[in-house]
Amino acid sequence: MRPARRLSPIGMIGIVCGLAGAFIGYKASAQTVAITNGTVVIGDGSEPIQGGTVVVRNGRIVAAGPGVAIPGGAEVIDANGKWVTPGIVAGFSRLGLAEVDLGADGSDDTDTGNSPFSAAIDVTPAVNPKASTIAVSRTDGVTRAVVAPVAGRSIFAGQGAVIDTGDDMEPILRARAFQFVEMGEGGAGRAGGSRSSTFVLFRNALREARDLGGLRYQPLTGRQQIDPQQAEVPYEEQPNPNLLSRDARRSEDVLLTRFDAAALVPVVRGRQLLLVHVERASDILNVLGLRREFPSLKIALVGASEGWTVADRIADSGVWVIASALNDLPASFEMLAATQSNIGRMRAAGVKVAIGTIDDDDTRDVRNQRQYAGNLVALAKVPGAAGLSWGEAFAMISSRPAEAVGLGREIGSLATGRRGDVVIWSGDPLELDSAPEAVWIDGVRQPLDNHQTRLRDRYRSLERKALPEAYRK
Amino acid sequence: MRTKGGLARLAAVIAVAGLSACVAPKEKPKPGAIRINENPFPSTYHPYGGVPTLIRNATILDGEGGRIDNGSILLVNGKIEAVGGADLGAPEGAAVIDAGGKYVTPGIIDVHSHLGDYPSPGTASHSDGNEATSPARPEVWAEHSVWPQDPGFSRALANGGVTSLQILPGSANLFGGRSVTLKNVPARTMQGMKFPGAPYGLKMACGENPKRVYGSKNQMPQTRMGNIAYVRQTWAKAVEYDRKWDKYEKVGGEIPVRDLAMDTLRGVLDGKILVHNHCYRADEMANMIDVAKEFGYRIASFQHGVEAYKVADLMRENGICGALWADWYGFKMESYDAINENLAFVHNAGACAIVHSDDANGIQRLNQEAAKAIAAGRRAGVNISEEVAWTWLSSNSARSLGIFDQTGSLKAGKMADVVLWNGNPFSAYTRPDKVWIDGALLYDAANPKLRPVSDFELGQPGEGDVK
Repeated sequence: MRPARRLSPIGMIGIVCGLAGAFIGYKASAQTVAITNGTVVIGDGSEPIQGGTVVVRNGRIVAAGPGVAIPGGAEVIDANGKWVTPGIVAGFSRLGLAEVDLGADGSDDTDTGNSPFSAAIDVTPAVNPKASTIAVSRTDGVTRAVVAPVAGRSIFAGQGAVIDTGDDMEPILRARAFQFVEMGEGGAGRAGGSRSSTFVLFRNALREARDLGGLRYQPLTGRQQIDPQQAEVPYEEQPNPNLLSRDARRSEDVLLTRFDAAALVPVVRGRQLLLVHVERASDILNVLGLRREFPSLKIALVGASEGWTVADRIADSGVWVIASALNDLPASFEMLAATQSNIGRMRAAGVKVAIGTIDDDDTRDVRNQRQYAGNLVALAKVPGAAGLSWGEAFAMISSRPAEAVGLGREIGSLATGRRGDVVIWSGDPLELDSAPEAVWIDGVRQPLDNHQTRLRDRYRSLERKALPEAYRK
Repeated sequence: MRTKGGLARLAAVIAVAGLSACVAPKEKPKPGAIRINENPFPSTYHPYGGVPTLIRNATILDGEGGRIDNGSILLVNGKIEAVGGADLGAPEGAAVIDAGGKYVTPGIIDVHSHLGDYPSPGTASHSDGNEATSPARPEVWAEHSVWPQDPGFSRALANGGVTSLQILPGSANLFGGRSVTLKNVPARTMQGMKFPGAPYGLKMACGENPKRVYGSKNQMPQTRMGNIAYVRQTWAKAVEYDRKWDKYEKVGGEIPVRDLAMDTLRGVLDGKILVHNHCYRADEMANMIDVAKEFGYRIASFQHGVEAYKVADLMRENGICGALWADWYGFKMESYDAINENLAFVHNAGACAIVHSDDANGIQRLNQEAAKAIAAGRRAGVNISEEVAWTWLSSNSARSLGIFDQTGSLKAGKMADVVLWNGNPFSAYTRPDKVWIDGALLYDAANPKLRPVSDFELGQPGEGDVK
């Protein structure tokens, strides 16, 4: 029998205590690399460029495109017949949080169900850069990932990070990049059983944060319209430690722990992005409406399987959507209108969309995002469906998720100044027969072997040899 | 790979079977006079029919490893009439479709689905796939849980080109129950979908799931050794039951007490019911092969077989198919050693490889899973052509289900279960253009009227949409 679940230290991962700067783990290579003659994909939605060159120096992109000069002293790599792209960015994942999901207690840091904390939880210390899932993802060209906590007992799951998949001990690109909250079916269950309880729980939590932060209650009144959310995603580098001190007085009328309330102060101030998981059309609109009571909130929607039915209103709101690409089943009553055309239709209506893997083996299958993006290109040929151009589909797994979490200037494209995350593919990266042949992260060439490739090499042949398989290394 | 004689035997038994009553003794009871009705829920499926159809100028993958460029295929009266080159003519009044070089393949057969048993929406009241009340439940039949209105069937048809599928019970139990093979044709009843004449399967499970489900209740099995002991004890009973009935059928006497669980196992021992064994780890597959030998039955397939590449030689020697994923990994300990080359390596070792889904989403992209698998194989130096890889999607699947004499390849006389793709089906950019089942055009991307909508979806947001 399995030992009974107990309150483990893992359950209390990452209570806010970091003193880290905005970008930790920045370990760039000083070397200059020029990749020439490839089919170059910038990742910004533009179409591929034949015979382009990509130059990386000091861990950053110097230039990419046609007619780029090769600096003297650069290591030149001929990518003739290959494709050269920015690394894939996993738009919504749990990458690095679990080695094995089921029946391997201790290797899975996604479960915070026994923690007394919620919003204060921070995934940062749970990310294991040596997790086999990270190596497998890297081998398939995934260089960055948005990593969200899984909600435990509260609708507030805690604070997620943006990581890289580099083979080093510094995986965190941005800690506490966002707060994650469940507001649909998954939220209702945690809030007491209904959406009504979710919304009042949410409003109360933000009220407590507002009070703790000493902020004024300034809801929109009467006919005041909600302004479209600005493109800039805020980021508060340093949580205010004073909020945790005993001098920061709180009312006795509170539900949240001090840590949790303090963690929501940047959210209610509009200084930390709030990722909200909703699927149903009415939930989407209710969440967008929260900005009437809390005008400073900076929201991005996660999921939104019925987004296409209210696409105009999402577009007007200016919020980002990170959606699953291929949900097309009424898997629950909150996604009855699910269709693979969701993303294409939202995009056509002007919604800012990125692809993520929401509740879809999100600890390990981010490598299939490129297949999903390719499938959205396929829809362009299906009568009545809404697909994507190739360039747009690729952007949705590179620059778009980066932009959605406020890192569009750092990662996700080969535009000048971006981090040197570059992949050379054997062919079209959205195709099923293509694979990475070389991967750089922050300009550092990465190893492309992992547990799986080692097993492959060991078992290529089943012939009996002089010594058992265990001696084949 | 072998073909089981079970199908013919089953048909023979059905022919003589009356329900377990009706004995008319003359002088003395005839030995074996009473027979158990082995088909109490008979198929009522009838093909919907269609016009004679010639698809010409197609790249044909016949599902048995053959390829015809600029090929033609003629569908008449629900059957494949002929497959050939550009010179194949059409009968008077036939619909002629110029494929423009696009691909025509046999319909995909998924040997591992829970559609209908775990339907959408996945509410608790819809959870009908595991009778997790005892580790051995061979008496339950997956068909009795199938909800024909599961919207997942239509997605598998329209997006996946799936024309037949096996619905298996889940893997909570060592003996999960009987599987059923369905034609992927919408119907009001399970019987209306049931593949005529397909033998039953028995779902068995190794490994983590049974020991977790029962071990957590402090019941046997709690360990892998408990799994095997329980399985052997159950087979030992089944052998005894089989003997009693064999004796009764030969020499008469007191009719043995009927036991539905043992009926299923007896069907396996008699070669009429095919064992589909959920098993991940190489060492466990080897153990199950020995159990099968000990009790005198055969395993038709290992389902999931994440470590099949480690024992592909054993699978070849024992004629066992591996129904596999392209790249699922690591979600539990027994899937920790998954490799992307599994399908290619199993195939390359001379064993029978099948691409399966076990998933309402994955079933919509089995062709793409095959594409990933051949690509991984090629990178590892195992070159498998597209036409050979299609055996993983139709003929090997059909063989493992005992329906290969009826479907699973594009050969004259077989059911006209055919997909015309709008490109190369090994590309992410390709979707089914048209799908025929028994010659009936049941999906046409260009015709919204040929887009099935389940009862559940009527009047709901998104009804009749492209999905």
